[in-house]
This record gives sequence, structure tokens and C-alpha cells, in this order.
Amino acid sequence: MKAPSFAYAKAKSLTQVYELLERPGARILAGGQSLIPSLNMRLAAPELLVDITGLAELASIAASANGLRIGALVTHAMLARSREVAEQMPLLAQAAAEVAHPAIRNRGTLGGSLALCDPAAEYPACALALEATIVLAGRGGERRVAARDFFRGLFETDIRAGELLVAAEFPRAERSLFVELARRQGDYAIVGLAAVAAASGRRFAFCGVASTPVLAACASRAATLDAALQALRQDLNPSADLYHCAATKLHLAGVLLSRAWNTLAKPH
Amino acid sequence: MEHPRETTLTVNGVRVMRRIEPRVHLVDFLREELGLTGSHIGCEHGVCGACTVRVNGEIVRGCLMLAVQADGCTVETIEGLSDSQELAALQRAFHERNALQCGFCTPGMLLAAQDLIRSGRKASREEIRAHISGNYCRCTGYQAIVDAIEEVIHGPR
Repeated sequence: MKAPSFAYAKAKSLTQVYELLERPGARILAGGQSLIPSLNMRLAAPELLVDITGLAELASIAASANGLRIGALVTHAMLARSREVAEQMPLLAQAAAEVAHPAIRNRGTLGGSLALCDPAAEYPACALALEATIVLAGRGGERRVAARDFFRGLFETDIRAGELLVAAEFPRAERSLFVELARRQGDYAIVGLAAVAAASGRRFAFCGVASTPVLAACASRAATLDAALQALRQDLNPSADLYHCAATKLHLAGVLLSRAWNTLAKPH
Repeated sequence: MEHPRETTLTVNGVRVMRRIEPRVHLVDFLREELGLTGSHIGCEHGVCGACTVRVNGEIVRGCLMLAVQADGCTVETIEGLSDSQELAALQRAFHERNALQCGFCTPGMLLAAQDLIRSGRKASREEIRAHISGNYCRCTGYQAIVDAIEEVIHGPR
């Protein structure tokens, strides 16, 4: 289980990244916590890895018009310990704590997770619930894509050839909660839920229930928990995984929805 | 660019310069090129934690980092942390409480545990379990490992 041979270049600037991405078989290497396992298992065979971890400008957390702009290279550990994130975007800090284990959180990145679009990943669901904007950059400049248009399918996003995910912008929400069920701490989510209660309404986005994160639109519009649980059956049609059948997943999604609803309904 | 890259890193306080093929993982480089076989290789896809090493002060999976990515980094392994006595209390507690049997997971387990101890948090048993959740032990059932770490954090009961 050793990685196949590939070329490696450590980019010194975004311009150099765009140049390198034009070479055949080029792939971005950020934290590598998903890409390197897939290399080790020979599930991926890129010809060139373009290491972007030297681009310090992609590793910052900055205030944006209505929330935070978080650079692609911000790690799970940085999200979990950032004071700004804890104060303004606690949903992301809670989600970061659910990602794998400390040694992996020290290297894995927000941008990598969003760009990979693993169906069990936490941040894509957070991005949907917070109505985040994904910022992509290429030779032609920046392109901004709403989270609801970004996650296209299983490991498939709106990133075009030659583009790099550079940041995500998360608007503040009044109240939010991330909850997840996994067999053991740090395992892939059986089901996870990013729940937001904002002035614009409630939004519930699930991970682990389909090939992409799912915004439960009907449950989000419901006025009562009972109605939301009923509506969830229209929103979700989970596929079974190795250990859990579809009915179990739907049941567990309801369990998380109840927990989140009740927590968000409590007075501040 | 497939060719070996000149890579300079500091391993356990010693500056090392080598030409390394990009496909080589950090833990393979440490074991095979430098002979530091204390970091073990278990699953090779980031699940078991046997290859845990410290890079720039933070624990990482040695199998999920390319050695060329460690260019300019400071790497510490079980050998260095044992020699410096940083792990002495933890190693004593592991020994006294029988917190290992075959010992395969122990170097990684010690690094993960020390990471928690260094944070200065007075971690509960639950928090200790969460912190070592990425390190598999197939012998002990973890109880004695948690006991040992708890003793170092809180003192003997």
C-alpha cells in the first residue's frame, strides 16, 4: 500500500498553481488526508501533485461583510481553536471537532473537504445550512458559487478545470448546532446534521444520507417538530451503507433533527 | 519533477538533507532512510495511528504526509522524545499499569497521549478516550492505557 509514482511541485504563488494545473494529470495537494490514502490504496493516480500548502494567503480567517471568509488551507484544528470561529461561527467549530482524530485534524483542511465533496463530510452540510459562498479562482479571476449550486454529486463539485478553491464565505447565523452520529469518535458520520436558526428561517442540512449533502427543504419550513419529522420523509431518501439500512438512516436523521430542534428552541 | 527532490528537515534535533522521491511517505523515509523504526506502519491509510509522529510540534499521521512535504520542518519521533525524557512519566505509567502487550501501537499511543498532556487540559477519561480515538490498540482494550494517561494528567489516585 504505497503510493504510485508521481511528480511533485510545491507552488510558490497562485499564478504558479494555475500554470501547473494546465499540465496533464495535475491534481491539487492540500492537507492530503483524503488524497494520500487514496494514493496509497491506488484509487488515484495523478501524474503531478501541486502542493499548495506553502501559500500562506490561503490559511487565514478574516471578517467578511456578514460573517467570516475562511481560507482553503485553514485546518480542522485551526477552526476548532479559533476564537473568531467560536464566537461568530460556532457551527464550524462544532463540526471540526467531529472530523476524524487530532493527528488528522492538524493537517486536513476546510478547502480540501469542500472540494472533495465526500458524502459523509461535515463542512459541505454546514455550507448548505449557512448558505455559504464558495470562492474559486483561476487564470480568469475569481468565481463565486452558492453552496446549493456547488455540490453536484458523489465527489463532484462545480470546480472547473484550471480552478482552485481558495476560500469559503460563511454568513453569521443567530443560532446553530452541529450534531452527528458515528459508531466511534472520529469515524465517518452515519448521519450528521448542520442546523441553523436565522432571521431568514430554519435550515437543516444533512450529511451521510445521500451522494451529496442534502438541505431538508420541507423540514426546514415546518412550524412544529412533529411536522418537521413528517416532512423529513419527503426530504430524505437515504441509501444504505455497509452497516446501516435506509430505514435506520432515516430514523437516525429524525433523532438528530429532534435533538437540534429542541436545542435551538431553548432560550439563549 | 518525478525525480528525487532535495529535502532538508530536522529530525530529533539533527539536520538531515536527502534526495527523496515524491511518492515516499514520511514514516517510510524515517524508518528506511534514517533507520528510525520506532514509528510503526500499520494500515497505511490513516486509520490506525501506529505511524504518529510530531511535525512542527503537532502530531500527524506519518503515512498521510509525503516526506518531501516535510522540507523545512522539524520532525520528532518516539526515539527523540524518549531520549529527551519528555515521555518519561508516561512511559513509566504505561509500564506500571501494563498499558501495552505487544507494543505495536505504543509509540503512536504515547505521542497522541503526550499531545493531550502538553495541552495542559485536565482531561476527563472521556476526553482522553476521544484524544486517542485515532490510535488503535488490539491487545489491551484501552482501559489500562486510559488509566496510565489519567495518572500522568491527574497524579496517582
